[in-house]
Amino acid sequence: MRRSAATLTQARRFAALGDPTRLEVFRLLSRAPLSVTEIAEQLPVSRPAVSQHLKVLGDAGLVDWESAGTRNIYRPNSDGVASLRDFIDSLWDVGLARFKAAAEAAATSRSKEKP
Amino acid sequence: MSVTAPAPLAVRKTVTVAAPQAIAFEVFTGRIASWWPMATHKIGQADCAAVVIEPRAGGRWFERGTDGVECDWGRVLAWEPPQRVVLAWQLSSAWAFDPAIRTEVEVRFTAIDARTTRVELEHRGLEVYGDEAGTMRDTFASRSGWGGMLEHYAEVAGR
Repeated sequence: MRRSAATLTQARRFAALGDPTRLEVFRLLSRAPLSVTEIAEQLPVSRPAVSQHLKVLGDAGLVDWESAGTRNIYRPNSDGVASLRDFIDSLWDVGLARFKAAAEAAATSRSKEKP
Repeated sequence: MSVTAPAPLAVRKTVTVAAPQAIAFEVFTGRIASWWPMATHKIGQADCAAVVIEPRAGGRWFERGTDGVECDWGRVLAWEPPQRVVLAWQLSSAWAFDPAIRTEVEVRFTAIDARTTRVELEHRGLEVYGDEAGTMRDTFASRSGWGGMLEHYAEVAGR
């Protein structure tokens, strides 16, 4: 299968969110920008582990950060509309793959009924 | 990377299925519950028992939960079996029905031969979410919204 760069980027994003803890971290940040310490307080995860998860999310382009004094404040990547578009794009990838399978199964069973 | 124009706020997909046009249309619309990823792509509180597209212009497009509660997704704007269907997708960025929101999903079914159909889907009008990008990020991450579809996507992408 030929895959576009956009698909690969998305796959990386989803892989980054495939880890339950990272998904939790991302959900927390979606509600409010937080520091590593604040994230660690809300999850049963150490601060170094939170930092590691944030690095993966950052590499995947899912989170950004800004310095506030001695600490960094993390937030979801600001390009929310693009994320939405990606999201709906992915939705239809999933939906149409399943649709194709269902339609072809229906066509097969129909042709068996009417040989 | 060169400077590119802003991404168009529409999503377009094409899939070719080994099924006659009429069956492709019927499975997409009448049997949407057989393929829609209901486990994750739903808006109700309860598990999703069915997704229904009423077969007429002006018909409803909704999900029904296992608790019997029906949640509207939108309306049927055009009903032209077996060639075309246009659906209004009226979910807010918080994935609740909002009649003020209207994006459109147009699906065209073209017979390539008696057993093969090309299905072209366009989901357009996504710019209505432009002012709500922050909320949308929440949705993107939310498991109670459609965040759970991420794992599904990974499955498909990994094939």
